[in-house]
Parts: sequence; structure tokens; C-alpha cells
Amino acid sequence: MARWGMVIDLEKCTACQACVVACQVENNVPCMEPAEAQKGRSIFWMRLIPSAEGRFPEARFRFLPMPCQHCDNPPCVTVCPVDATNITPEGIVRQIFARCIGCRYCTTACPYTVRYFNWYAPEWPGGMAEALNPDVSVRPKGVVEKCTFCHHRLQKARATALAENRPLAPGEYMPACVESCPSKVMVFGDLDDPSSEVAQLSRSPRAFHLLEDLGTKPKVTYLAEGEWSGATTS
Amino acid sequence: MAQQLAERVAVPAQEMDEALFQPIEKTSRRFYITVAILLSFTLLFVVAYLWQLRSGLGVTGLTVPVYWGIYITNFVFFIGISHAGTLISAILRLCHAEWRRPITRAAEVITVMVLFFGAGSVIVDMGRPDRALNVMLHPNFRSPLLWDVCSISVYLTASMVYLYLPLIPDLALLRDRGQKRKRFYRWLALGWTGTERQKHLLERVIAVMAILVIPIAVSVHTVVSWVFSMTVQPLWHSTIFGPYFVVGAIFSGIAALIIALAIIRSVYHLEAYLKKIHFNNLSLLLLVMALLWFYFTFAEHLTTYYGGGPDEMQILTSKLTGPYAPFFWAMGLCCFVVPVLILAIRYFRTITGTVVASSFIVVGMWLERYIIVVPSLSKPRLLPSQVFYHPSWVELFITLGFFSTFILLYVLFTKFFPIVSVWEIQEGREKSLEEVRERVATYLPDPAKAT
Repeated sequence: MARWGMVIDLEKCTACQACVVACQVENNVPCMEPAEAQKGRSIFWMRLIPSAEGRFPEARFRFLPMPCQHCDNPPCVTVCPVDATNITPEGIVRQIFARCIGCRYCTTACPYTVRYFNWYAPEWPGGMAEALNPDVSVRPKGVVEKCTFCHHRLQKARATALAENRPLAPGEYMPACVESCPSKVMVFGDLDDPSSEVAQLSRSPRAFHLLEDLGTKPKVTYLAEGEWSGATTS
Repeated sequence: MAQQLAERVAVPAQEMDEALFQPIEKTSRRFYITVAILLSFTLLFVVAYLWQLRSGLGVTGLTVPVYWGIYITNFVFFIGISHAGTLISAILRLCHAEWRRPITRAAEVITVMVLFFGAGSVIVDMGRPDRALNVMLHPNFRSPLLWDVCSISVYLTASMVYLYLPLIPDLALLRDRGQKRKRFYRWLALGWTGTERQKHLLERVIAVMAILVIPIAVSVHTVVSWVFSMTVQPLWHSTIFGPYFVVGAIFSGIAALIIALAIIRSVYHLEAYLKKIHFNNLSLLLLVMALLWFYFTFAEHLTTYYGGGPDEMQILTSKLTGPYAPFFWAMGLCCFVVPVLILAIRYFRTITGTVVASSFIVVGMWLERYIIVVPSLSKPRLLPSQVFYHPSWVELFITLGFFSTFILLYVLFTKFFPIVSVWEIQEGREKSLEEVRERVATYLPDPAKAT
């Protein structure tokens, strides 16, 4: 069985945020009114985390593309009282929107802060509601949502392969962020397949995981930029 | 003492404790005014909650990353207050502390009433309260929140039984007086006639419940603390949270009990029953808890500071010198400095003094819960965040409403049931003096046997 994972090469990232936009469109992530965004309530299944380094003449600003880390040992899954978030046999941490009671225990337990809450019912301005992706359910108010590695794309690809009576080919399933990246920063695939690009890259000497010391075992691997390593907290 | 007792026995037993039935049988205008004021706050709560239900939790001050605010603070606080009653009453009963008699009922009622608001705080905090029963349909027993659901329901059930059992003889007394609500009391009294067999059975069951209730109560607040300490978040992930929360709970609980007793005493003129000695004993217990609380708080923060882990220090400095410093130092002042100064000096340890100290403690312990819940969330490890959480009017109204509705239920209880246990007072008068004398005699060295 596959173990889906992602490698993000920080050397290549230009911080253009195409992944962020692609994700919002693909997954029907509602946009926030400016006032709400000001309060920090925007939802991002994929976002760029800024980090400032050093002082003035040597100051640098870096950006870290951050989807859900899809931990093998996810702290959010164990704390959910109603099993509304769980990990699939293929390692994708998913959210059952129809079961979530909105207690937000998972959002507080996640050390990466990549889980988001629907403070209000989602709204789409103008004609945007007609452009919703029919493959992804729109979340009601009061539930938690998060990156699913575009799980619906896996289901679709698998259904196609099944109809054509063949196994799922590598590269057939790819999240929207990976697909949209102009500088090919992200690589996605089966971590358990030693020949896959993602498995090889994740063994690179530049490879590190976010907050590795917490023992969450993330399946998103970062490749360090230059001499910089974000393995520990900034 | 013996002379005093003899004087009291001269009055017929039926009329002696008339004062304890007064609150039930006579209602003054002040009572209705109090109820009206409390009800108006309840109304505010209803309006605020309906508004929140309609719009969503966006009407609160919560945001990313402060997902939990004063609702969860209230949850921990109310569950803490609940430790006043059942636990204290059970310990005092088991220790044969004779001074417990007039205070156990008042304590047990606090537990039962306040638990509804503790559990209610979590419901109010939910994004989808309509799905609350999912905790039974799809339980995940690895979740500390589900442990809470289990232990709080057991605690509520046990506390209700523990409140009801010692109430039965009093219900029979009310039934026999036949003044008001005769059928109601007859139904609740379960045919109590006060035979020896009934008394024996009741004492046995109360003793069993008193023993059972202690581990349940300890488990409840331990599990509440585990909601936080089982996560890996800085300053939540602490091994001493279990006992720290239990100590805090008993501490705030006794303080709430003292305030309740002082109000009951003055409003219902029960000065003869709730005497200075009761307040003195409770306040000594309170003093011990204040010192214990300080010990835990000091140990917890010193360990964090000395270890100096960067994630932990970020949160700790925000508490000690950062934006949460006013709350932190106010907590220290309210929970330790003021109460210890009042309670340790005999001159200040009057009833008024104890009530003042208790009021400070109740406020301080609420701040303690707040200072545990909010700062740990405000500085996540990776996400740069400048968010400072301000509760919105909805949250404040709901909180106010919870407090007033709790007081309202308590006040209503005193109108239906004797808030001081009548039969236990009578039993104390008739039996305990002899019992205590016999018990003390067993402590004394046996007379040398003639050889």
C-alpha cells in the first residue's frame, strides 16, 4: 500500500504563492472579508509562513510553504473525542466534516497550527459560488477543516484506473499545489516506493522535517536552502 | 458546654430547629428581587447564546491561533468549584469531623449545580452543539476530552446521589410538617419513617458513597488537566498538572463554599448554626490549600524557567513580563499574597476577613485558569502571531449568565430544601457528644491492669 508524502525544496521556492491560490480554488476554501482576515481568521490549507532572520545589514526574509504535515503520529487524531479526524491506511490525515463537533481540540493540539475553524458559514462573493469544485464538499459553519493532500484527486485517479483495469500509475495522483508550482518546488508520491522521486529526495542530506523533535513523524519533507536548516524552531 | 446543652434540650425538639425551615416556608420580597435580578442576567445569556448559535463562533473574540478562550477557562473553573462540595463533605464525614454538620448540605449543592455549568461551558464552546451526542455515537477513547465526558458524568451522578441520600430524612420532616408541597415531599421522601433499620441502612449507604466519591472527584479534575497536559504544547505538557489542578480545584472550591455559607448565614439569619468556629476551621483549611497552591505554582514555573527551553520560555515570558503579565501577577496577588496575609493572622481571620480572602481567591483562581489556557495558544511554534485575545460581548454575557444562573439555581434550592441538614444537626445534638466522649476515651492509655 502506498504511503503518500511530499518533498518541498526550499532552494527552488520563489514564494510566488501559486500553490496557495491553487489550493484555495481546488478545495473550495472560502475567502474572508477583510475585517475577518485582519483578525487572523483566514483559512489556508496551504500557506506561506514568513520568518525573519538576522538584523539589518544581514537581514533575510524566508518563506516556508506549509500544508498539513500529514504526520504518521498525528497529535490531532488522538485527541479528537468523536473520531472526526483520522489517518487513512495510506497515511493521509483526513477530516470528517459531517461528524466534527467543533470543539477545536485538534486545532490546539496541532503543533504546526495547520488546522482551521469555520467561524461563520462560508461565503463566496460575486459569481464565485458557481465556480466551486464539485469534487470537494463545502464545509458548514462550526467545523474544523484542513489540507487533505487533495484526497478527492486520489479517489478520482483510482476510480479511473479501476475502470481501465490497471494499477494506479505514479504521478497520476497529485495535489493541486504540487501541480500548480511553476518552479517545481514540490514533489509528491509514494514514500514506500524506493524508486519514486519523492522517496529518493526525502533521503537527501538536505532533508529535514518541521519540529522533528516532537516525534510526530511528518510526511512532508523539506530540503534545506543553502546552509539554512529549519529543523529546529526559529 | 454541658450547661448550654441542657438549656437547649429544654426546648421541645420540634420547635428547636424552626429557623432551618423558615427559608422554605416564608418568602420575603427580597427573595423575589434577587431572583428577578439573577433572571435578567440569565436572559442576557440566552440572547447572547442564540446570537452565537445563529451566526457562528465568529461572534467571539477567538481566532487563529487562540482557539480556546474564556469558555474553556470557565469550564475548568466551574469544574474546580465543584470540588468544594462533595469532596470536602465526604472527607469531613469520613473523618467524623463533628463541625461538618451545618455545612455539608450547602457544599454538596454547590457541586451538583456548578457541574451543569462546567459541562455547559464545553457545549457553549462547541461549533456544532447539535452534534454533541456524537461523543456517544462515535467515541474515541484515546481522547482526553472523552475521558472528561465519562468522568464528569460519573461525578455528576454520584454527587446527585450523595446530595439526595442525606436529604431523605429532611424531606420526611418537611412532609410531616405538611405546610407546603406535601405530595412533592412525600414522593421524594421514599416513605422514610426514621426506624432504626432505615437509619442504619442510610448511614451505611452514605458512608459507601462518601468513600466512592473521593476517587471520582480526584479523577475528574485530573482528567480536566489532562486535556491540556496530554498535548505537546509548551507549558501545557506538564506532569504535575493533575495534582496541581486538583489542589487548585479544592482551593477555589472551599473559597466558594465560604462565600456561600456567609451569604446563607446573613440572609436566612442562621448565625446560631453557622458559627464563627465553622468559618475559622474552613479558613484554616483554605490557608493550607493556599500554601499548597503556591508550592505547585512555584515548582511548575521554576522548572520551566530553569530548563529554559525556547518554546517554553516564549510563553513564560509572555506571562511574567509580556502581555499576560497583569493577569499573572494579579493571580499571584489574589491567590496567595492577600489570602495568606488575611488567613494567617488571627486578628483578620474573622468571618468578614475570610469572606474577603475567599472572594480574592475565587477571582484569582479564575485568572489562573485563564493564564493556563490562553497564553500557551497565543504563541505557536511556527506561525508568527501577534494576536492578543479579547473576549467579545457575547462571551462576557454568556459567562455572566452562567454565574448568575448558577446562583439562581442555588437560591431556588434553598427555597425547596433545608440548606442546613436538620436531621444531622439533631443527631449531633442527641448522639455525638456521647460518641465523641467515647471515641476520645479510646485514644487515652488504658488504665493499668491490676495484676
